[in-house]
Amino acid sequence: MFAHLVQRYQQYVFTLVMRFTDNREDAEEISQDVFVKTYRSLADFRGDAKFSTWLYTVVRTSCITFLRKKKLATTSMDNERTLSQLENRESGFNANTIEQKSKHAMVNAAIRLLSPDDGQLITLFYKGEQSLEEIGRIMSLDPNTVKVKLHRARHRLKEKMEKYFSYEVQDIQSD
Amino acid sequence: MEDRLWDYIDGHSSPTERSAIEELLATNREWQQKHAELLNLQQLLNSSELEAPSMRFTKNVMEEIARYQVAPATKTYVNKNIIRGIGAFFITMILGVLTFMFTQFKWRSGAGSGGGSLNLPVEKLRLDRLENLNYSKVFNSTYIIVFLLIAVIAGFMMLDMYLQQKRKAHTA
Repeated sequence: MFAHLVQRYQQYVFTLVMRFTDNREDAEEISQDVFVKTYRSLADFRGDAKFSTWLYTVVRTSCITFLRKKKLATTSMDNERTLSQLENRESGFNANTIEQKSKHAMVNAAIRLLSPDDGQLITLFYKGEQSLEEIGRIMSLDPNTVKVKLHRARHRLKEKMEKYFSYEVQDIQSD
Repeated sequence: MEDRLWDYIDGHSSPTERSAIEELLATNREWQQKHAELLNLQQLLNSSELEAPSMRFTKNVMEEIARYQVAPATKTYVNKNIIRGIGAFFITMILGVLTFMFTQFKWRSGAGSGGGSLNLPVEKLRLDRLENLNYSKVFNSTYIIVFLLIAVIAGFMMLDMYLQQKRKAHTA
């Protein structure tokens, strides 16, 4: 039964972890650790919040612990490594597929340019189906603070996209 | 302007605020442009894809979990209260036997032999007295029999409780 939970939430957990590290191997290791910790402390889940909220709290504490151990730098504003990854993306023959992939790749790359907190906040709100109160619980913040941080994160994301992906942004806006 | 528009798009605005913004959107070009811009971003974020781990991820997780299940801690299947109960039972048994033994000895205060010497209130133990002890009298005593009966029944009850606990832990 726990395998079903893993399959259901693995992408969410992995995406959240990727907001803290660009290394896929590290992200898989952390994600695996999150699910093992969750399994071992299932008895501690009191049911006073959604299971996903509790799971994402474990994700956050695991990521912070990992970062402290590895002493990784947070993603900076000018992440040239991310830009070079984009330049190397494969081109295909199906124009619609390319367009779709470009858009998703661009958004994910732009989110990775944000700080881990901003990236996690946006992912929890848009993909994690978490309310402001639930995000506040995960990040140990007041819901009003979460709202303000979310606004700022979106503003910074927009700036990143205009700065590094201006061509793609114009393309999308003209659709 | 942006914060107000985001509140409006997210549905967090109060009814009064919502009406005010709708009025602005109907009349103000700047607000209309900004609203369209933010809606575009909203749409992009809503349609963004999640990142996927490797195909073996679930299997790796379950293998890791299986390693923990092979050797569970004893505290998960042994109830400490039962262990304490069994311990208390044996201690009570031992104390009961010791108490009975001590009640069989004759305690006599020693005669005073002058200043400076310590008179022990206890008669020196004479082990040869044990040979003359009437064991049948001891074990035929009603109190001893009742005590032993209660101790044996209590012992069996505690053993049964312990085994049931162990059986439940194995079936769980």
